[in-house]
Amino acid sequence: MSALQGSPVVKMRDIQPELRRLQRRAFLRQGVSLGGLALLTGCDLSTSTGVDAALKSILRFDDRVQAALFSGRRLAQTYPPSAVTRPFRFNAYYAQWQVRGIPDSWRLEVAGSVSEKAPWTIPALRALPQVEQITRHICIEGWSQIGRWSGVPLRALLQRIGADLRAPFVSFRCFDGYSTSIDMASALHPQTILTLDFDGQPLTPEWGAPVRLRIPTKLGFKSAKNLQAIEVTHVFSGGYWEDQGYDWFSGV
Amino acid sequence: MNVPPHRQPNLVAHSATIRFLHWVWVYAIGCMVFSGWQIYSASPSLPFIFPRWSGLGGWLGGALAWHFSAMWLLAVDGMAYVAYGFLSGHFRRDFGIPTARAVARDMRSALTFRLGHRIGHYNAVQRLLYLGVIGALVLQVVTGLAIWKPVQLGALVGLFGGYPIARNIHLATMFLIVSFIIVHLVLVAIFPRTLVSMIVGISAEPERRT
Repeated sequence: MSALQGSPVVKMRDIQPELRRLQRRAFLRQGVSLGGLALLTGCDLSTSTGVDAALKSILRFDDRVQAALFSGRRLAQTYPPSAVTRPFRFNAYYAQWQVRGIPDSWRLEVAGSVSEKAPWTIPALRALPQVEQITRHICIEGWSQIGRWSGVPLRALLQRIGADLRAPFVSFRCFDGYSTSIDMASALHPQTILTLDFDGQPLTPEWGAPVRLRIPTKLGFKSAKNLQAIEVTHVFSGGYWEDQGYDWFSGV
Repeated sequence: MNVPPHRQPNLVAHSATIRFLHWVWVYAIGCMVFSGWQIYSASPSLPFIFPRWSGLGGWLGGALAWHFSAMWLLAVDGMAYVAYGFLSGHFRRDFGIPTARAVARDMRSALTFRLGHRIGHYNAVQRLLYLGVIGALVLQVVTGLAIWKPVQLGALVGLFGGYPIARNIHLATMFLIVSFIIVHLVLVAIFPRTLVSMIVGISAEPERRT
């Protein structure tokens, strides 16, 4: 975070999500849609009243159903190395040219209900047990691709730092302005990893350097890149997309 | 008198239960189709998208919220319909699987505009279409579950050849259902009294001897 301090002006990339939201609203005011005539559209989760509120409460119900369907032991399908998608598609809430480099003096911070709060360096993370997976990354938009990631099982790190494993949430803050949070059961799943390598090479910034989450039991947007801090918490914290209306659990 | 109930001329063509379930279905399927178009257009798997004005939800997140809300309405309505269909004898009475010969006969007269329509009775072509769309709806629910939970329901998505193929089957089945709806609406336009019979209770028409 320190690297961002002292940045003088508002940059395009900082306001882009806001702009996009505003454009969306403008479209809804101007546009008449078929759905709008017949089915009350204009209900796009941008407000917290009326139909939007009803939709959001059904999404919360869906989250409970998804949590009940989730099994901590059921594994996502794994694939042979020949199945890996190349070239791999870049995806973020910004364009590829806006990818951030790693801030100076970066450390992975751990916070919340943990007994050891010392931040982590990459060599320290590499000293923990490592696992590799070749799994399908499924985007909420519907496309999917198969990638190869390796790193530390999140469970191993949480146990190492003495996390309260009964806390309901693990939240992730990234130095590119992104954030997300997941349920503890998914955090402890054996395929949920803090990724250090992508396709056999240390992560580069566009793939989430220096460390990213990889969680094949959830939709792609939950696999946050460019991690800055992990917090074990009793407080629901949502996330960048979740706050705009993507459903929070987003299990697959 | 040993007359089967559907021969009684004063029986309503569609019971109040069927009429209610039908209109809930219109709303639920409408929500599913239009929000589904918006979801598909976020990342089309084929070289076309649906026009923006036809979408429901305004953006991907809104469309998914509609899709994952209306699915419950669709599921409850569908289960109520199947339970009612069996318990009331509606399926046994009206949707017996027609013989190939009956389908050929009725299809020929339909295509030459000679097939009449008796409200409250189902000819062979109608039986085939209704059975077909019920089958398509079941397939749509199953493929929908598969692409909603490709890990938790991994065996199901495997049955459809994996996630990307299952997603395309879900799309193709939508086209089947929409095709049925178009044919259904054309036929309602040709026989407008069927619309009345789905809104208020009117008597089934007796068999005409020609």
